[in-house]
Amino acid sequence: MADEHARKWDRCLADTAVKTVTGLGVGIVFSLIVFKRRAWPLSFGSGLGLGMGYSNCQHDFRSPYLIHGRMVKVSAQCNFHCLSEVCDTRSHHAA
Amino acid sequence: MLPPGSASKVVVAGLLTVSGGIGGTVLYAKWDHKFRAAVEKNVPYSDWLLGLALGPAAQDPGLPIKKRVELAQPPSMIEKQAKKEGAEGPVKDSSPAPSQPAQSLEEASAEATHIISAIGEVPSVPAPCDTEAAAVKECNECHEHKEATAVHPAPTEPMKERPVEEVAARLAQQEQEEQDISASVSASLEDSLASSAKATLQAIGAQEAALQAIMQHTDKLKEAMEAEVLPEEKSNQWKDLEAALADRTTALNDARAALSKANESLDSLRSVIDESKGLKISSVRPLVLAAEENLHNMVVDLDKMVMKVQSAESEAKIVSQYSELVNEAKRQFQREVSSLTPEIQANWKGLTGKLSTDDLNALIAHAHRRIDQLNRELAEQKVREKIHIDAALEQQKLEDQKALDNAVNTALQHVKEDARLDQERKLAELREVMEAEMRTQLRRQAAAHTDHVQDVLKVQEHELKAEAEQVLSSKMLEQETRYRQLTQEQLDNFTLDMNTAYARLKGVEEAIDSHVVAEDEARKAHQLWLSVEALSYSLKTAEADVPTVPLENAAQAVRDSCRDNDFALALASALPEKSLQRGVYSEASLRARFNSLRSLARRVALIDESRNSLYQYFLSYLQAALLFEKSQEAPPSQLSSEDLDPFKLLSYASYCLEHGDLELAAKLVNQLRGEARRVVEDWLIEARLTLETRQVVNLLSAYANAVGLGTTQAP
Repeated sequence: MADEHARKWDRCLADTAVKTVTGLGVGIVFSLIVFKRRAWPLSFGSGLGLGMGYSNCQHDFRSPYLIHGRMVKVSAQCNFHCLSEVCDTRSHHAA
Repeated sequence: MLPPGSASKVVVAGLLTVSGGIGGTVLYAKWDHKFRAAVEKNVPYSDWLLGLALGPAAQDPGLPIKKRVELAQPPSMIEKQAKKEGAEGPVKDSSPAPSQPAQSLEEASAEATHIISAIGEVPSVPAPCDTEAAAVKECNECHEHKEATAVHPAPTEPMKERPVEEVAARLAQQEQEEQDISASVSASLEDSLASSAKATLQAIGAQEAALQAIMQHTDKLKEAMEAEVLPEEKSNQWKDLEAALADRTTALNDARAALSKANESLDSLRSVIDESKGLKISSVRPLVLAAEENLHNMVVDLDKMVMKVQSAESEAKIVSQYSELVNEAKRQFQREVSSLTPEIQANWKGLTGKLSTDDLNALIAHAHRRIDQLNRELAEQKVREKIHIDAALEQQKLEDQKALDNAVNTALQHVKEDARLDQERKLAELREVMEAEMRTQLRRQAAAHTDHVQDVLKVQEHELKAEAEQVLSSKMLEQETRYRQLTQEQLDNFTLDMNTAYARLKGVEEAIDSHVVAEDEARKAHQLWLSVEALSYSLKTAEADVPTVPLENAAQAVRDSCRDNDFALALASALPEKSLQRGVYSEASLRARFNSLRSLARRVALIDESRNSLYQYFLSYLQAALLFEKSQEAPPSQLSSEDLDPFKLLSYASYCLEHGDLELAAKLVNQLRGEARRVVEDWLIEARLTLETRQVVNLLSAYANAVGLGTTQAP
């Protein structure tokens, strides 16, 4: 399990780096083609990429703690064995 | 800024305060040990300082007082013992003991009792010892008494018991003695009788010879006196006379000697007779009587002979007197003649031719004168004849009287003797008659006695027979019952023996079976043990980071070796599946892995379900970088809430792992929460696996050891 952590970090960093570079690239492309070589699409694109990477990373690190609920239809036959509706609304605890 | 002078003041004041505080602390610590202990505990290096100032802390004084008290008690007991023994010693010495062994016994017992009483037990022990000693003494005395009394009856008993036998023996002995004595007496009597008879005969013969000699001599003398024969014949006569005289003297001497001898032998015979009379034995009496009679006869004969000899001697004396007178007259005449005729010799008859006429005349004158004298004497004699005759008669009477007296005495003696002998004879006869009568009476009595005895014997026989038959029957009955009893007993014993043998056989069989079973068990137990050992050995095959070989084979072996043992089977099946398939990690590898995990767990210590953003991750990393804890810390026996801090938990777990306590480490690690828990989850699972497997294997091993020990047969 400890390796998992390290692997997660690897994935995370790699993914973030890729996304950032990809965003930068898209920004460059957009900057060159559409937005007349302005600087903001680069930072926007890299920022976009970084953010996506961060989010992915965080999600990856959080993934063990995420609980997936499902809706179950209550039928008339099983009155006593009602499966409770579990729906977890993750409250984002802002730092 | 403070002025420079006040700085020194401040420094000095500060120093004084500090030293005062330290001195006060030291002094108070010297007085109060608890304070000293508290100070040493709370202030580091104070124990060094206080030790330097005051010396090492005093030991706990609680124990020695008790020890001294305890030690004090036994010496008192020992002193008491010694005192008592000392008191007893002089007492014993002062009182003289009767016997040495008893005294030593008493002393030993007294000592023993004193020791026992000193220890505090019931002092009833001296009583039996003393009584024993007393009993021993008493027994000694009793023995002595018994011995003494035993000695006394012993000599008296034979005296009581002997008489019956003794009487018979003595009677027999007496008879024997009597016979011997009678034989000896008779022999002696005969001897003495014979000797005395011989002597008496000899004496009588000698007396006869003497008598003859005397008579001869007397005759010769008479002849010589009266016969007027020729001178030659006269000289022959005188020679014959002398010879006869000599004969007579010798015969008389012989007779006297023989007489004395005879008297001696008679005396001896008499003494023998008296002796044998003194013995008072009846069988000797007739012999004695006969001997006495013989003696008496001999004495009588001897006396007769002596009397004869005496009478002859008296006659001879008269004749010799007469001859003496004649010789005297002749001599007188001769003297006269010789005085008248001195030249003439004595033998004048042969000298007729030599005489002269004067001589003849003188001689004739002398003869005439002599004749006248003689005539005158004759006339005187005639006159005095009567007187002489009377005197002679008197003399004769006296002599006769004497002789008569002697004769009477001897006759009286003889008669007395005869009477006595007669009496004795009559007595003997009477005795014989009485004996005979007594014998007949005794015979009658004996006959009666025998009859009576026969009757009594018959009766007794009947009685005894009846008694004996009764006894016999009872004894027979007894014997029969005893026989039956014995046979029954034997039967019982036999059945008992058979039963015991059978039981023993059964027992032996059972023992053998149980042995077989036990051996089987033992074999199985050994197999189990071996398989468990194999299993536990296979646990050790784990190397670093590589799990052990799969335990499936070993577990299968264990399962095979305990097919009918539910407990072992249950245990064997309790092995976790993973360990069987894949094997378990060793403790060392777990330890190593934990060390690497620890840093990671420290880094994600802040992350849990609620805090898991990347910022939290950053903070968690920062915390891990800035927070320092002891790498290993001994965990307390009870965890408090502050001990649940992950860092502390990790240090506790590390300590436990370093000290080989995987279980506690796992428990502590189990307290981690959140991401740290997730991170060490694998490790925990592995640790659990290892612990489980080890527990099962330990259980199995213990069980196998126990079973093995149980089946081991003690030598």
